Amino acid sequence: MAKVALFIPCFVDQLTPEVGLDMVRVLRRLGIEMEFPEEQTCCGQPAFNTGYWNDARPVAERFLQIFRNAEQVVCPSGSCTTMVRNFYPELLAGTPWHEEALKVGQRVFEFSEFLVKVARVTDVGASFPHRVAVHDSCHALRELRLKQESRELLRHVRGLELVEMPYSEDCCGFGGTFATKFSAISAAMGDAKAGYAETSGAEYVTATDPSCLLHIDGILRRRNSTVRTIHLAGILAQTATAAERRTRAAGAEGAR
Amino acid sequence: MNNAAHEFLRSAAEKSADLTHRQIIRRGIDSYNTANERGRSRFLDWEAARLRCQEIKWEAVNSLDRYLLEFEQRVKDRGGHVFWAENSAEARKYITDLATARGVRKIVKSKSMVSEEIHLGPALEKLGIKVVETDLGEYIVQLREETPYHIVTPAMHLNRTQIAALFKEKLGDVDTDDPQQLVAAARRALRRDFFSAEMGISGANFLVADAGMIALTTNEGNGRLCTSVPPIHVVLSGIEKVIPRLQDLATLWPVLATAGTGQPITCYSTLAGGPRQPNEMDGPEEFHVVLVDNGRSELLANVEEREVLHCIRCGACINACPVFRTVGGHSYGTTYMGPIGSVLTPRLRGLNEFQHLSYASSLCGACSDVCPVKINLHHHLLHNRRDAVDASDRPWSERMGFAVWRWAVGDARRFRAVGWLARLGMRVMQRLHLDGTLLDPARPWNRNHATAPAPAKSFRALWGNQNGNN
Repeated sequence: MAKVALFIPCFVDQLTPEVGLDMVRVLRRLGIEMEFPEEQTCCGQPAFNTGYWNDARPVAERFLQIFRNAEQVVCPSGSCTTMVRNFYPELLAGTPWHEEALKVGQRVFEFSEFLVKVARVTDVGASFPHRVAVHDSCHALRELRLKQESRELLRHVRGLELVEMPYSEDCCGFGGTFATKFSAISAAMGDAKAGYAETSGAEYVTATDPSCLLHIDGILRRRNSTVRTIHLAGILAQTATAAERRTRAAGAEGAR
Repeated sequence: MNNAAHEFLRSAAEKSADLTHRQIIRRGIDSYNTANERGRSRFLDWEAARLRCQEIKWEAVNSLDRYLLEFEQRVKDRGGHVFWAENSAEARKYITDLATARGVRKIVKSKSMVSEEIHLGPALEKLGIKVVETDLGEYIVQLREETPYHIVTPAMHLNRTQIAALFKEKLGDVDTDDPQQLVAAARRALRRDFFSAEMGISGANFLVADAGMIALTTNEGNGRLCTSVPPIHVVLSGIEKVIPRLQDLATLWPVLATAGTGQPITCYSTLAGGPRQPNEMDGPEEFHVVLVDNGRSELLANVEEREVLHCIRCGACINACPVFRTVGGHSYGTTYMGPIGSVLTPRLRGLNEFQHLSYASSLCGACSDVCPVKINLHHHLLHNRRDAVDASDRPWSERMGFAVWRWAVGDARRFRAVGWLARLGMRVMQRLHLDGTLLDPARPWNRNHATAPAPAKSFRALWGNQNGNN
């Protein structure tokens, strides 16, 4: 199998690199070979969403040029995957890049989607003995139609207790530049989401989009909440250490 | 920033912090969601019904000229009048002239968002004509001298206690917060108006071309009274409300009811198609239909945006919208609120003045998912934004920002350098405890979020290290 190309969104690269590293750890554990095309920068979504399609277009073309030869591309963000798969064809309609956009779009996968639908793995051998609730990130949920994939992966994590939080499909309020242009609305939406996370009884909120989590995390900590956020890749990257395994074995002995 | 945008920001910020408001709306929409889910489950195939409605509206909108003329002809054949109003002023003038000519002193109205759109009420009141809203929700907001909070549930923002206090103050003969008794009080007051009004004004949910009739749905029977008791009935409708055939209602009526309130069918479904005919027992002596364009033809001419005219005003997108639930219906400052309002208003009333509404969305797409006629609402928000940028209507600072962004992401070395500088800046602000203060360029973010330490290294740097080690 050819190497899988890593599509690391610009803000993951700069602000939450551990999300990228965790994804790499999981894929490596599964024996998947990876490459990181170092020329990549941004998919163009910030400009596209703000209406600057003429600025977004060359950035999209640049992306396609970099990834056009990759057989499979994997990305730890449903939103950036959506940009390439769902919005590039519209952005580049009527240009020579349109067809390439359609082709590359079919080969770009969000991380949980890649694991479950492409690599066909649901148990990645992870261990995370905590109560976890899933926030359904909008682009993954409504543009890529992903909902069960992340839950399926989480159900196979050792020790993890999956809880549902109320209104898990409600937007957290991040929305890119929306969060700064309409910060009061965005923060209030985040606040509602943080409240739902707290009532769920979860210790962690997870999602497939690091941007939602950046927002929710900042709000949760602002509320001095005990709930923490963690990207799906962060959970799947964790394995039981030898020590933990011993403790659990001892616990099991005791119970018997 | 223009006045409308400024006012929106002010009001939105205020409502966003209003936790009582948030609770009232959450409760209201929770019960809508329960009813709506039950309603959808009654359909053998809800998705197929949506698709059928989309097809009907597509057909109607793409042959609007033909169906409108067919509708007009049939109404005229039955002795009704049809007036084509190009804008609000023309529509208002036709109705105020008619009311003046007939010596009308009191008008009963059933719900019509177009009447709000053309500001009909104030124009009539200026002539000394009393206008009584007869939809209970509309009646309540009229007593409060407010505009509708929501196109389907105009008084959604009020709880029972507030309504009880309002009725006690305005109606006098009721002092209770029992919903039954409150409704009875409103009914007593409205009955008097129904039978003393000289004119009834209604909207239309659909204009049925092959029947030459308007289809009207209400839950309180007030629509039926408005259209049949007073001697003059005036219908006010946007031109996009026409549908080809009477049989289309077999799908559209239940879908509208389900999407709007979760009901299998709305309580009163009325068809009206002209003045009282020679051998009929009741009905108005005069029947007028005012077809309002008010920017709709321009939308029709725009192939990319045309499907926005499919809207049947069910309000489902509004209920699904997390921004609406946060800022409330009045913050928009427009007739149509929520996603459909943010898509439609900039198109009908000018991208220049109302583009802020198209930006006031996180683009979550919940609206498009619930739309019963499958309008891709959040994609239209993106189109509105694109057109605002193309019309050079955006702030200078934003344009510069994206020019710099484009330069930075056009090359990996530049991107790396700019990213490094930005992270350095963040660390300095954090070290000096300036994050979130007026000196912080990231203040809009940092004043609402606890800051996280900026990472020392980027992913690309760490990837390089790792692979160097391998």
